[in-house]
Amino acid sequence: MSVPAIELQNITKTFGHIVANKNVNLVVNRGEILSILGENGSGKTTLMNMISGIYYPDNGRILIDGEEVVIRSPKDAFRYKIGMIHQHFKLVDVFSAADNIVLGLDEKFNMKEASAKGARIAAQYGFDIDPAKKIYEMSVSEKQTVEIIKVLYRGADILILDEPTAVLTPQETEKLFSVLRRMKADGKAIIIITHKLHEVLSLSDKVAVLRKGEYIGTVETKDATETSLTEMMVGKKVSLNIDRSEPHENADRLTVRGIDYVNHEGVRILDDVSFTARAGEILGIAGVAGSGQRELLEAIAGLSPLTGGEIIYDNPKTGEKEDLRNKTPMQIRELGVRLSFVPEDRLGMGLVGDMDIIDNMMLRSYGKGKSMFVHRKDPKALAEKIIKDLEVNTPSATTPVRRLSGGNVQKVLVGREISVRPTVLMAAYPVRGLDINSSYLIYNLLNQQKENGVAVIFVGEDLDVLLELCDRIVVLCAGRVTGVVDARTAKKEELGLLMTRTGEKEKANA
Amino acid sequence: MHKNENHVREPLFHIVKRAALPGWQSAAIRVLAVLISLIVCGIIIVLFTGENPINVYATMIKGAVGTNRRLWNLLQSVAILLCISLAVTPAFRMRFWNTGAEGQALIGGLATAACMIFFGGKMPTALLLIVTVVASVVAGAVWGLIPALFKAYWGTNETLFTLMMNYVAIQIVSFFTYRFSVPKGSGQIGIINRDTRAGWLPVIGNNYLLNILIVVVLTILIYIYLNYSKHGYEISVVGQSENTARYIGIDVKKVIIRTMLISGAICGLAGLLLVAGTDHTITRDTIAGRGFTAIMVSWMAKFNPIYMIITSFLICFMSKGSVEIATVFGFNDSFADIITGIIIFFIIGSEFFINYQIKRTHREGGKA
Repeated sequence: MSVPAIELQNITKTFGHIVANKNVNLVVNRGEILSILGENGSGKTTLMNMISGIYYPDNGRILIDGEEVVIRSPKDAFRYKIGMIHQHFKLVDVFSAADNIVLGLDEKFNMKEASAKGARIAAQYGFDIDPAKKIYEMSVSEKQTVEIIKVLYRGADILILDEPTAVLTPQETEKLFSVLRRMKADGKAIIIITHKLHEVLSLSDKVAVLRKGEYIGTVETKDATETSLTEMMVGKKVSLNIDRSEPHENADRLTVRGIDYVNHEGVRILDDVSFTARAGEILGIAGVAGSGQRELLEAIAGLSPLTGGEIIYDNPKTGEKEDLRNKTPMQIRELGVRLSFVPEDRLGMGLVGDMDIIDNMMLRSYGKGKSMFVHRKDPKALAEKIIKDLEVNTPSATTPVRRLSGGNVQKVLVGREISVRPTVLMAAYPVRGLDINSSYLIYNLLNQQKENGVAVIFVGEDLDVLLELCDRIVVLCAGRVTGVVDARTAKKEELGLLMTRTGEKEKANA
Repeated sequence: MHKNENHVREPLFHIVKRAALPGWQSAAIRVLAVLISLIVCGIIIVLFTGENPINVYATMIKGAVGTNRRLWNLLQSVAILLCISLAVTPAFRMRFWNTGAEGQALIGGLATAACMIFFGGKMPTALLLIVTVVASVVAGAVWGLIPALFKAYWGTNETLFTLMMNYVAIQIVSFFTYRFSVPKGSGQIGIINRDTRAGWLPVIGNNYLLNILIVVVLTILIYIYLNYSKHGYEISVVGQSENTARYIGIDVKKVIIRTMLISGAICGLAGLLLVAGTDHTITRDTIAGRGFTAIMVSWMAKFNPIYMIITSFLICFMSKGSVEIATVFGFNDSFADIITGIIIFFIIGSEFFINYQIKRTHREGGKA
């Protein structure tokens, strides 16, 4: 048997009390693709950062070509021909592709030769790239290509890709995979981090599974199935079915009529949007990213001034109708409208990262009462209740939320928004970046709210989830409503068509 | 390069981020830092001057707190520095970099002096005091308000704006010291109302005690305001994430303006304490750079008013002590600055050890 390209033995890394990796063992041979699979916060990225020299392991050994090595810095990693493609690209925006590729190299600077070498690499693996194009003019997929060529240019033959497909369209993903397969045929060792099971199955030779920092095992992909991998990943069998009950109320709760929104740059983001959210149902909002979903929710929440239309709220207590248009969040609350909003940007908008869980609980409620002072007793009780009920993994209620992992941050945010017993609950991409367990917890919470008679508005990106979770789905395309469908009967293709129906809109703009 | 060279050895140490340390441990690290800095300073003293460092330190302590008068003097300096530091802290917590405390305090002091000059002897003492306090506080608040309005409505850079306002204040004070000068044209105001003492703050015990007491009360008030009041909470939210503030419906403009009014007002109060409390005159150097030193005091204390008592004491202590060793041992002034610099370097450096730990690298197994 040949010597593995890279081997990890008993790698352990801790951050304070948190064990990010515990006794991880990995073996990757040349001409092999290894997937690393794990939920959020299972330590995948930490592990890869140790191979690429960003972190240094507390314990354990790294072997390259059978010899023990010490990787103290990215430079060391580069010496051992290890190249990492990070989730967040590390490119200089105003430089061209070729500039970025040679940036930071010690060798003599010869742009012409460098371009030629870059082009050679691109041709060899079937990349499609214009070396003179500036990074800021590039699509996400092109930027990723530059990153990959960059590490290949440096002679990397062990490649690590951190969730490379998270930002790609299906076609781009396919293209990337064919490139990776060619690299594999060329004898490179490739490690890819992902949580998309079908990608794991279609691309890799072996799968290593991490769970909460612990190494669970490595299996041959040919022996694995989606179910078996999920089991390894989450530790217990999870049902992939989302429960959906029949709505039992049907009162209109929130009626949006013909709203328009023009942003600071004068671009029309929302164009005559109308729909009704009913009590006791989940209304999905589907659309390609950037079709106006965020602005729509922010407009309803009173964060952005509209140029037209109305937002009518049927108050279930008084039976009165209130127009929420252009009211501030404070004014909306003062009207007695219990509108909860889980924004897309959790730490940047929904929570304050440096504040602890208790202080974050107060965000909504601190202003209550006439007293000049804040009272932390109720928020403390609420924080403890949420930590217990939603199984938030945190050292204590006084831990700054920035220190929590993505799923736990979202539990804190959703928990707080639900705790005010809303009548309307809006959630923008509430499961983005969450692992399977946390995602289902969120689906269940939304369902509970629906059963309690809340009008839930769910902005999602995964069509399967939208179709399984929601009752009705509003489809947005370039700021317009292109259709409202019944989620129980609609087909995925139908949604796809509605999401891309831009014809009318383009005419209107011309 | 393909095969691994064996001369690449593993590092002896590596850096690991700590979980939050318990309070006493971080305090211990800071105390240790001060002790180490004293040892380093001692070595430098011996190397460059040949003096016994123990003697030098003793002289320093004597210089700062050696006599009753010196002790009170030190406490008075601490009080004024702390007062200005308390003033900038609410703004800093809001991530509004108020570098204009110097000017805000100076304008407050000018308002005080003006009241003393114009109204001294023309109104009852109690009324004069009230008018003076109001005038100085309002003057400081206005000086803080102007950059706040520009920041809130037009998004101007507050650091530059508040900084520039210092120079405007200094020029205004220069102008008025000339106008008010006694005798006319001398460019100096001299002690205002020397005989009548009109508008001077009342003396309790000694000249300094009132100022000190006022600042003690102010420290407690600001601590409570920042940590337990709704306003303080809003300041923290706006400082850390303006988007979150918008999301929960905090009026960001209002908070910026309100906080800078408070910040400026407290600076104005500091000006009052200096002019009506101790100096009884005003020059363009009345604040003497304390508006800038306050920035360091606030940062070193991580914007915590209680810790600021320690940091402002430390800085005043060092500067008084340094002056003393400079005179007694005939060192030049820079030497005192060097010692102060080393000590502050160690204190700031200790933050690294509070946030990170250095681990001895050791692994299980070893070479196969």
